[in-house]
Amino acid sequence: MLENEALNTDNAPLRNIYRFGENAEIALSTHDLHVFYGDNEALSEGDLEFERYKITSLIGASGSGKSTFLRSLNRMNDNVATVKGQIMYRGIDINSKEVDVYEMRRHIGMVFQRPNPFAKSIKDNITFALKQRGMRDKNKLEEIVETSLKQAALWDQVKDDLGKSALALSGGQQQRLVIARAIAMKPDILLLDEPASALDPISTSQIEDTLLELKEKYTIVIVTHNMQQAARISDYTAFFHMGKAIEYDETRKIFTRPKVKLTNDYISGNFG
Amino acid sequence: MRRLFDEELADLDASFTEMGMLVSETIGKSVVAFVNHDRETALEIINSDEQINQREVAIEKKTFEMIALYQPVTIDLREIVTVLKAVSELERMGDHARDVAEATIRVKGTKRSASIEETIATMGEQTRQMVKDILGVYVNDDAQGASVIAANNLSVGQLSHQVRLDVITNIEKDSELATSGTDYLIVAGHLKRIADYVTNIAEWIVYKRTGKIVDLNPGNSSSFV
Repeated sequence: MLENEALNTDNAPLRNIYRFGENAEIALSTHDLHVFYGDNEALSEGDLEFERYKITSLIGASGSGKSTFLRSLNRMNDNVATVKGQIMYRGIDINSKEVDVYEMRRHIGMVFQRPNPFAKSIKDNITFALKQRGMRDKNKLEEIVETSLKQAALWDQVKDDLGKSALALSGGQQQRLVIARAIAMKPDILLLDEPASALDPISTSQIEDTLLELKEKYTIVIVTHNMQQAARISDYTAFFHMGKAIEYDETRKIFTRPKVKLTNDYISGNFG
Repeated sequence: MRRLFDEELADLDASFTEMGMLVSETIGKSVVAFVNHDRETALEIINSDEQINQREVAIEKKTFEMIALYQPVTIDLREIVTVLKAVSELERMGDHARDVAEATIRVKGTKRSASIEETIATMGEQTRQMVKDILGVYVNDDAQGASVIAANNLSVGQLSHQVRLDVITNIEKDSELATSGTDYLIVAGHLKRIADYVTNIAEWIVYKRTGKIVDLNPGNSSSFV
């Protein structure tokens, strides 16, 4: 029936949220998640599942709740907001008080918008947290430096300068170093908050390639303002608006035939 | 470096070529069935046309997705546009092959002319070869080769003209040949159309390679018989 194919204009979220089949391996999921900044509810309907070894993009205008949602996923909002609801990871609600946040972040790493390497050498950036956790085996540390930098597609460019200050790297290289630093902790899930928005097109494209490589080993959730980036690299896309996940589906469906008019208008730049 | 786009484009090219091979085989089979009065094969061709149509739809969908997801420009855009345009030409060729198969069923049992059928067989073989060649040229991105193949359309046109003259002469001599003669004209027309579509694909290959939209169809060639 053609009428059923027509765009849904009432923007009711829950009917438009993708649900994975029984065979899909879900790395992380949220249930009845609400985030408040004081009295202001920044996120009210964000029940999403993230499939393992896939890239999921969160898109939406500024203030739509997508970054709030992402930051809640590894408890970055703990001191700035009240997060209610469940975030399930390996059968555990990581939003509960009993969870050791630092331990949890070893499994769910975060990369921010602006590259934020430590003012240390390239090598120390990667080994710092590992040493803090008591790892002393020099060979092991060196091996992790090499594999993480390789996975972040930075090894070939820096292998002869590992003692050089990380701050001497270009913006794109710094961001890949930060990704290498995150994956040195061997996380399961990588959260990225607009990782390429401060970078030029070439560096952006390198970061995108890196992410496409990384998804073989990691589950990736990325917030991006760049719709083409979401289209190019992600398997699934969630569109947020006014604190709600309005539509969530396979990226190719979101970009060719979204079900909700708001989604359609946002991705075609016909918004507001 | 780069890019998922290239991988998907390679897949798209492969699907296009595969569909082309299927169409080329179907054309060959339809003409052989026609001259051999082979009703079974003709029925098979009619039933399998849907497969060709489904391939066209799948390729079209893929191109829509690639345009939406990658917003291709310059050469990338031309590659996608070429597939999108050329795939419709392939699908229409498939329709004409099916029409030839339908003519096979219609003329079964009527009085025939061996010499005209021989001309049609030659026409069919030339057309099938043109389709096969254009796919090779497509894969190699060979604009020069595309123009050469398009020029073969003239020879197919001459044969269809020959069929027309022979049919008229035959009917004048023996009115019982009118029924098959009508279908000879129709089949020659279908084959001529297929050759024209090859020319259209050749034009898109030139566009893909050079960015120029050209007309390779010589003005003096009729599009039917």
